[in-house]
Amino acid sequence: MTTFDPYAPSRETTEGKVFSVTGGDWDALVQDIGATKEERVVVNMGPQHPSTHGVLRLVLELEGETITEARAGIGYLHTGIEKNMEYRSWTQGTTFVTRMDYLGPLHNETAYCLAVEKLLGITNDIPERASVIRVMMMELNRISSHMVALGTGALELGAISPMFFAFRERETVLEIFEMITGLRMNMAYIRPGGVQQDLPEGALTKIRDSVKLMRKNFKENATLLIGNSIWMKRTQGIGYLDLAGCTTLGITGPVLRSTGLPWDLRKLQPYCGYENYNFDVVTADTCDVYGRFLIRMNELEQSLRIIEQCVDKLEKLEGAPVMVADKKIAWPAQLALGGDGLGNSLDHIRQIMGTSMESLIHHFKLVTEGFHVPAGQAYVAIESPRGELGASIVSDGGTKPYRVHFREPSFNNLQATAAMSEGGMVADIIGAVASIDPVMGGVDR
Amino acid sequence: MTDGMFGAKGTGDTSGYGGLVRQAVNFGSSERPYGSYFDEVADDLERAYPEFSEAIERVVVDRGELTLHVKREKLVEVAFILRDKLKFEMCMGVNGVHYPEQTGRELHAVYPLLSLTKNQRIRLEVSVPDGDAHIPSVVEVWAGNNWHERETFDMFGIIFDGHPGLTRILMPDDWEGHPQRKDYSLGGIAVEYKGATTPPPSERRSYK
Repeated sequence: MTTFDPYAPSRETTEGKVFSVTGGDWDALVQDIGATKEERVVVNMGPQHPSTHGVLRLVLELEGETITEARAGIGYLHTGIEKNMEYRSWTQGTTFVTRMDYLGPLHNETAYCLAVEKLLGITNDIPERASVIRVMMMELNRISSHMVALGTGALELGAISPMFFAFRERETVLEIFEMITGLRMNMAYIRPGGVQQDLPEGALTKIRDSVKLMRKNFKENATLLIGNSIWMKRTQGIGYLDLAGCTTLGITGPVLRSTGLPWDLRKLQPYCGYENYNFDVVTADTCDVYGRFLIRMNELEQSLRIIEQCVDKLEKLEGAPVMVADKKIAWPAQLALGGDGLGNSLDHIRQIMGTSMESLIHHFKLVTEGFHVPAGQAYVAIESPRGELGASIVSDGGTKPYRVHFREPSFNNLQATAAMSEGGMVADIIGAVASIDPVMGGVDR
Repeated sequence: MTDGMFGAKGTGDTSGYGGLVRQAVNFGSSERPYGSYFDEVADDLERAYPEFSEAIERVVVDRGELTLHVKREKLVEVAFILRDKLKFEMCMGVNGVHYPEQTGRELHAVYPLLSLTKNQRIRLEVSVPDGDAHIPSVVEVWAGNNWHERETFDMFGIIFDGHPGLTRILMPDDWEGHPQRKDYSLGGIAVEYKGATTPPPSERRSYK
């Protein structure tokens, strides 16, 4: 090395020369690497790299610009959610699982609650209105999640405008979430037995208007990328993974559907009443990044169709309960709108504090201790935006989960990184990883 | 106090100071007919695998889910038959459960299987003693179990023999202990606020 470069210092190790790159002057780095006369270069991409979707570390062995080996390193976002849940009540569990895959919080909550309900044996007692709300929220969530996948995916391949528009559409959905749950993400809205609270006034009107707006915008956004020659060249034939590869690696979701197999749990193993909705399973037969991109793009319209049907159903179910009737499981009261915003229901507090000692005891026991869940284990799988999200839950009969494990599609699908990118160009691994759409909160949990 | 109300039994002490009592969940074998497609799966497996009665310790049907408890020596054989003959092409991973009270079979590994061809799900369960926590790896059967087995090793210390590279995946490489085991403390420190102390979650009072 001739001169000291503050952006790319180097040091000698037993493995060879190591360069630390922090950005800035690449010319000096290229010159220095050229001086080493090494054909083989090992590049550590991440864990802090803008196009690795959060804290993902890719270790790439390169010969020139060709990847000969790719390995993914994970665990940088491990938070011990599964362990923590063993020390909280079943209801508190939703607050934890919602933080796993933070782009699909409502899917995490639903998978968890369906598993708890299966153990409780109340699957068929969930009120219809609660199930319809769950479906509607999940489909809205699918849209907001796909918007991030499409927007950041395009951004990572160098297209900036699609990202702005995608995040504008996502904002529309997040506003609906905020109106209904009070939060834009990590809502803990879906609870064992139903949902946290009924829809506020005007929610359905807002959703109807938003669906119209989004349908128009999605069509416009699609034209930004479909047919764009740079986009097509960066995505077509890239990140190839066929059906045999998908089954052996346990890959589900858009990556599996890009092989032409219409595998969608909403159709094949319906939950929350998905069998009562009209929608199509979107597939592609290209097995590549472009196919997965098209699938996500077209799933938006299918989600909008489902949301419209949900709104129709909810209008007919106005005033119906949103929590299971069993008072030993149902949360004692819903929140109510007061002068200072949404908070405790004053009517409920008046009742338990002033008129009924039994109600007070009941409230206190249910909120602090929680309900007992009969011993056993259950596995419930739902179709999250990224594939099969499975909640494996074990109860020992107590008021806390004995063991909770999430089969996270991101975690599983990220294993395909090597199969999709080895032998390809280093620039294409970005597209391949983006097409898997991993969310590191879900991968590491 | 009526029996069963919030789980209170006997004295009906609801103070919550009884301490945390966790007991093993142990189901006996289920009787035929199992219902649903489970009889068909069991019959097909018995036909395709002559050593069925030797390899499968118990067949449990609970809450509409079929669990085959497999002896660990036979796991890979059974897995190959399930994949190739019974068309369970996909394994949705493996996760561990630690039952410290089940002497001799403290650590369980649970494999949810999925058949794309027949649209069916079953579950395999293998249990091993804590002192000899070895299970043959099924990565050669379902390559996608690679990371799942690494996670289960990381979290429970179950060693998957034959795994191509069994290293920690979520915890740092030099971490000591396996966090999801029941004898591994959750940790945390007490928080004091205005004179009152809130103990960490693992040391708070808990209910029976």
